[in-house]
Amino acid sequence: MTQPPDPLPADPLLPVRLQDGAVSIEGRPVLRHVDLTVGAGDFVALMGANGSGKSTLVRALTGLRPLTAGRLELFGTPLDEFRSWERVGYVPQRTGAGSGVPASVWEVVASGRLTRRRLLRPLGRADRAAIADALEVVGLADRAKDGVSSLSGGQQQRVLIARALAGQPELFFLDEPTAGVDLPNQHALAESLRQLRERGATIVLVAHELGPLAPLVDRAVVMRDGRVAYDGPPLADHEVHHPDFGEAHSHHHTAHEHRSRHDHVPSVSAPLTAHDRHDHRHDDRGGRR
Amino acid sequence: MTPADLFALPFMQRALIAAVFVGIAAPAIGTYLVQRRLALMGDGIGHVAVTGVAIGLVTSTSPTWTAVVVAVLGATLIELIRERGHTNGDVALALFFYGGLAGGVLITGLGGENASTLQSFLFGSILTITIPDVLVTMVLATVVAVLCLGLAPQLFAVSHDQEFARVAGLNVRAYNLLVAVLAALSVTVAMRTVGLLLVSALLVVPVATAQQVTRSFRTTLVAAMGLGVLASLGGLVIAALASFRANVAPGATIVLLSLAVFVLTWPLGVWLRRRQRARVPFDDEVPADHAHAHDEDDHAHGEDCGHPAVPHGDHLDYVHDGHRHAPHGGHYDEH
Repeated sequence: MTQPPDPLPADPLLPVRLQDGAVSIEGRPVLRHVDLTVGAGDFVALMGANGSGKSTLVRALTGLRPLTAGRLELFGTPLDEFRSWERVGYVPQRTGAGSGVPASVWEVVASGRLTRRRLLRPLGRADRAAIADALEVVGLADRAKDGVSSLSGGQQQRVLIARALAGQPELFFLDEPTAGVDLPNQHALAESLRQLRERGATIVLVAHELGPLAPLVDRAVVMRDGRVAYDGPPLADHEVHHPDFGEAHSHHHTAHEHRSRHDHVPSVSAPLTAHDRHDHRHDDRGGRR
Repeated sequence: MTPADLFALPFMQRALIAAVFVGIAAPAIGTYLVQRRLALMGDGIGHVAVTGVAIGLVTSTSPTWTAVVVAVLGATLIELIRERGHTNGDVALALFFYGGLAGGVLITGLGGENASTLQSFLFGSILTITIPDVLVTMVLATVVAVLCLGLAPQLFAVSHDQEFARVAGLNVRAYNLLVAVLAALSVTVAMRTVGLLLVSALLVVPVATAQQVTRSFRTTLVAAMGLGVLASLGGLVIAALASFRANVAPGATIVLLSLAVFVLTWPLGVWLRRRQRARVPFDDEVPADHAHAHDEDDHAHGEDCGHPAVPHGDHLDYVHDGHRHAPHGGHYDEH
């Protein structure tokens, strides 16, 4: 584990370098003193108990969650100046509720191509080829014209991976890709990720349990209570959830991350509002496992 | 006067032109509002625009333009409040609903304006539309439709998954504001046709109708625009033909016609969704124990055997009287 006392010179070959990163959510420190360097071609699993901050960390790395302290570089460029988003692919946690209007599998995957498309230009041949290839890798080419809502949860997760894949990024962030996915689909997912790795992609994924992904991982980072507790060769699932790695603290932490309330308005529908709600949903779901 | 004479009248032709453009533009932006579950946003903006109309009437400027300005401001504010997340989206909308309507009524009264003038904006008066109004309608509706179709990939991505769009490097806030402004423009465009209180119907109902039968976003968008034109033209024609016998408001017939189309399409949508749900693969794991299915007179499941075949992991389950039969060797297992 690298713990540099001073900021190191930028290294464009390093996909991710976070130095002394901290994240607070509404004034409450969630991540503290996190150092994480991911080299090109690494397959890193961010693990840890519920509420340990692993999802927050991946969201901070994608810029969705602003750092309150520390320094984050993607491909050697500080996050504020980073514009090459076509080099980054993000697979968010699958949200239960679909959107209000039907969308086909092909359309969702095609939206992943936006990072490489100019405004008001139609899809080119290269775009269509990349979309077709992405569908092929996740094994859903035959479902391209179907509505996303007609797929099972595991297949929807694979659609989200294909969407990230369509932009042909070098660096993938996946937030709990296996959560709530049945075993056959987990195997299909692992197969897709194996192909990505063979193509030289750098992969950072958040996982509660690795399951079929275990053989692919070449480095595990275990979070505990907002800090990095372990960074090294992969661990077996039962080792990660050893009491030393903070399972005992999980309920304590979720209680702390209690709902953010701004006023006395009953919290009815608000599909696109605060991001922290997303985190809570994740915590709730993780808690049931 | 025959119906043919009626459609030859200049005011009727102006009304027909306005109806076509409104029918195209309103469902186009409405599709994005429905996609992000903000179907009532058009209503909120419509109520805010009442204040804009009242300001126009009282200050003797064009109510259309004051409505455009106030509606755009209102839509921007609604969007910013929603984005902050301090109040739920629907509560923010509600606040604007009542403030806008009350402000409009108050200002009209203070200015000593006749309430019936305001009413022509609340419920539409497409037959009194002037040539400059038709031109404004055509220009604004074209802007809305062109941006909704031209920026469809970006607007789709932002409305479908905001976080993914942010990581893809899109300026999510700018696109959200664009949707709000386009919604405000289409509300003021539709104001003369169906009126501010009914405007949301033209934004939302054609979309709701289209998505009963569609599977993709693009077909929903295009079908909604077609249904919008059908409803606004059809409603206007019905009102014109009925005017020989009774006093029929075109705004009302337009909205009721699009609702009628929805009611007709809805059972089809229910049936399609039922059929689709039956085919969603089973996600659970295959049971380890082999419980043999009951013997069924040597019935062999297969293609077209009459039992729905649903993917389950690496094989198919046949749904049979509420049981799931999975082929296993020479018999069927219960899954």
